[in-house]
Amino acid sequence: MEAEGRVPGPPPPPLPPAGGGIGAELPAIPPGAARAPLLGAPAEVLELDDEEDDLEVFSKDTSLAEANSFSPSMTISPSSMINQYKFEDEPELRDLFITVDDPESHITAIETFITYRVITKTSRGEFDSCEYEVRRRYQDFLWLKSKLEEAHPTLIIPPLPEKFIMKGMVERFSDEFIETRRKALHKFLNRIADHPTLTFNEDFKIFLTAQAWELSSHKKQGPGLLSRMGQTVRAVASSVRGGVKNRPEMFTEMNDYMETFSQKINVLDKIAHRIYKEEREYFNEMKEYGPIHTLWSASEEDIADSLKGVASCIDKCCKATEKRMAGLSENLLPILHEYVLYSEILMGVLKRRDHIQSELDSKIDALANKKADKDLFSEEIGKLEDKVECANNALKADWDRWKQNMQCDMRSAFTNMADNNLHYYEECLATWESFLASQTVDCHGEEDSEDRP
Amino acid sequence: KRKINFWMKNVSKKMEITVSEAEKRTGRNAMNMQETYTAYLIETRAVESQNEGQCSPVDSLWRRYSEFELLRNYLLVTYPHIVVPPLPEKRADFVWHKLSADNMDPDFVERRRIGLENFLLRVASHPVLCQDKIFYSFLTQEGGWKEMVNETGFQLKADSRLKALNATFRVKNPDKRFTELKHYSDELQSVISHLLRVRARVADRLYGVYKVHGNYGRVFSEWSAIEKEMGDGLQSAGHHMDVYAASIDDILEEEEHYADQLKEYLFYAEALRAVCRKHELMQYDLEMAAQDLTSKKQQCEELATGTMRTFSLKGMTSKLFGQETPEQREAKIKILEEQIQEGEEQLKSKNLEGRDFVKSAWADIERFKEQKNRDLKEALISYAVMQISMCKKGIQVWTNAKECFSKM
Repeated sequence: MEAEGRVPGPPPPPLPPAGGGIGAELPAIPPGAARAPLLGAPAEVLELDDEEDDLEVFSKDTSLAEANSFSPSMTISPSSMINQYKFEDEPELRDLFITVDDPESHITAIETFITYRVITKTSRGEFDSCEYEVRRRYQDFLWLKSKLEEAHPTLIIPPLPEKFIMKGMVERFSDEFIETRRKALHKFLNRIADHPTLTFNEDFKIFLTAQAWELSSHKKQGPGLLSRMGQTVRAVASSVRGGVKNRPEMFTEMNDYMETFSQKINVLDKIAHRIYKEEREYFNEMKEYGPIHTLWSASEEDIADSLKGVASCIDKCCKATEKRMAGLSENLLPILHEYVLYSEILMGVLKRRDHIQSELDSKIDALANKKADKDLFSEEIGKLEDKVECANNALKADWDRWKQNMQCDMRSAFTNMADNNLHYYEECLATWESFLASQTVDCHGEEDSEDRP
Repeated sequence: KRKINFWMKNVSKKMEITVSEAEKRTGRNAMNMQETYTAYLIETRAVESQNEGQCSPVDSLWRRYSEFELLRNYLLVTYPHIVVPPLPEKRADFVWHKLSADNMDPDFVERRRIGLENFLLRVASHPVLCQDKIFYSFLTQEGGWKEMVNETGFQLKADSRLKALNATFRVKNPDKRFTELKHYSDELQSVISHLLRVRARVADRLYGVYKVHGNYGRVFSEWSAIEKEMGDGLQSAGHHMDVYAASIDDILEEEEHYADQLKEYLFYAEALRAVCRKHELMQYDLEMAAQDLTSKKQQCEELATGTMRTFSLKGMTSKLFGQETPEQREAKIKILEEQIQEGEEQLKSKNLEGRDFVKSAWADIERFKEQKNRDLKEALISYAVMQISMCKKGIQVWTNAKECFSKM
């Protein structure tokens, strides 16, 4: 069978990231500093525990009323959602705008699940209409992802949020969980829309436009689940069998890079989560700290105002900590998590490329052994050589694109984290400085009375 | 190092006092068992009042914590109307995870050294306590001081705990101000210990936040090895993360000194209560003496007039078994009259004592209140200053880090 969608010719050149060129200035390297870690006070490193795997179960709470799938009112303006996320294409060049919002519960006899509203606005000719509104559930997103992987085995398909299942517990989806997932799904679709090749994929178009029953019937066509899984399984198996002999150097470098990157990004993800946890504990203690000073002020006269002032400062710093935590969980944590998923995706892509090449290599070996059917083999080999070349080029281009996006995302995520911390300290500084000013106004310099006889 | 000049009544010169060193020692205790303890070096120097520049040589001697305790106990008993400055804690309390609870831990010993110096300075700057001979000898006389203290027999003068407890429950008419002061000192103790507990927990958490950031430094460095364009930004940002993580140590050490300032007033609460207890004891004593006098006077009256106002077993038995002879009655009355006279004199002097105590105690309490308000306000201000310094350091580090990140 042939996968849907255009067979990618030479892929279009990757668009430069917004706001930054590849020719950006590198910071001056201080003399004497090599790539080795700079010497300084060795930081005491706290042990990182393994995070538990999160799992989820469908909710069996039947107290929810069945919801209407289509609500005419649009609560969040799609354009405001689009502006939340930076993409490398200039807004004027984009002709496809997608939003994911409005999660709703649906209850059937068997299960309860959530659907999300997907709104598409487009000016493209191949779309019959310029606006679409459909409802999709997580399963549908999974289906789309696997179709894209099938059609473009060596392209980097964006990550989907994971299926979380609480071990053994039947848990309702929390609002926080649903919102996190919604944001991730929104990003997923938009990344596909921005991808020079994937954006024209036919299954993608059907996903965005088809009604529920149309999508169902379309899903039933095409190769089944088993065959879809088979491709990646075979790829993994072949790589386990001993790697690829004629792998071009470039892809070996990619593999080495991805192994290290994957390691590092996982550790960073853990660190960021640990910091969030410590900040939350700090916040909890601070909540109790301020009020003690207020309590104390009740038994004092002269110093009551100073005590109340300190209490108010601590409370304000407490709120500032809350903001800092929110910033972390809205920005850095999701991005690090996405790149953890990306690192798995990329390892898979590299394996699939290797697999495609090994098909070619084994056919060539077979030709060397069997003298018969030379012509037939030559034709097959020719096709396979094309396939390998296409795969390699697609991957190369997508890799470069991915690396640039990664750099951009990391830069913005960590800069944002630094900003968060800056705002926190600036706010706390202002609070304490104004307290200090209020104290020194009515404090006249006291001589050391201990000098007096 | 703070130095304090103080006047000694009988030694009219100014003195500087410091507790400059601490040293680990081993020796044998009273039960001839080997023990380890810390000895503290007390240095004193007389300063000529005219020329501050001319200083006489430094005298020094070593004292251990138990000797400080002995000194304080002596002061408590000898000056019950004074709010006697407290000693630093015997064992480390309100610790958070980094601080050792070990008495031999160098940080603890250092903070105790400062606390002991502070104690001596408090006593030396007290208008009454600074004139005490035992205190002066503590500072200047190495050998035989313990014997000197014990010879004062102060231990005998000490009120028993039981007696004091009894008085607290039974006293009918204490001065209201002392009752209020007792409540205040209870509240002060409770709120400060709560505050110190939570502060320790906050410090623990803050430590965690800072130190985990140190992990970024290590990972950024390793990651930068595989990146071409992002490498420099990552590397230098990582360095700033290390700086950030390391900065918490000094910050929290400074905060410990703030905690020690609060702790001093936590312990002062107990000193306040001691003065209140003494008042209650004296007042109770007075009430008992007055009660005794009243009952004796009544007895006397009854015997004289032959009437029985109140029930007494003696009266009953004499009614039942016959009246006494007039001579016997006369003798009894005589004895009672003597006792009554004694009692009245005693009551008068106890009254005077009580009023003097209240007057001088209250004067010292007012002095203490002013000192407390000054010190605590200063401590709160210094806390704000510390927070400001911490924020400024944070701003600097994160500004640097942000710059590195933006160049990735």
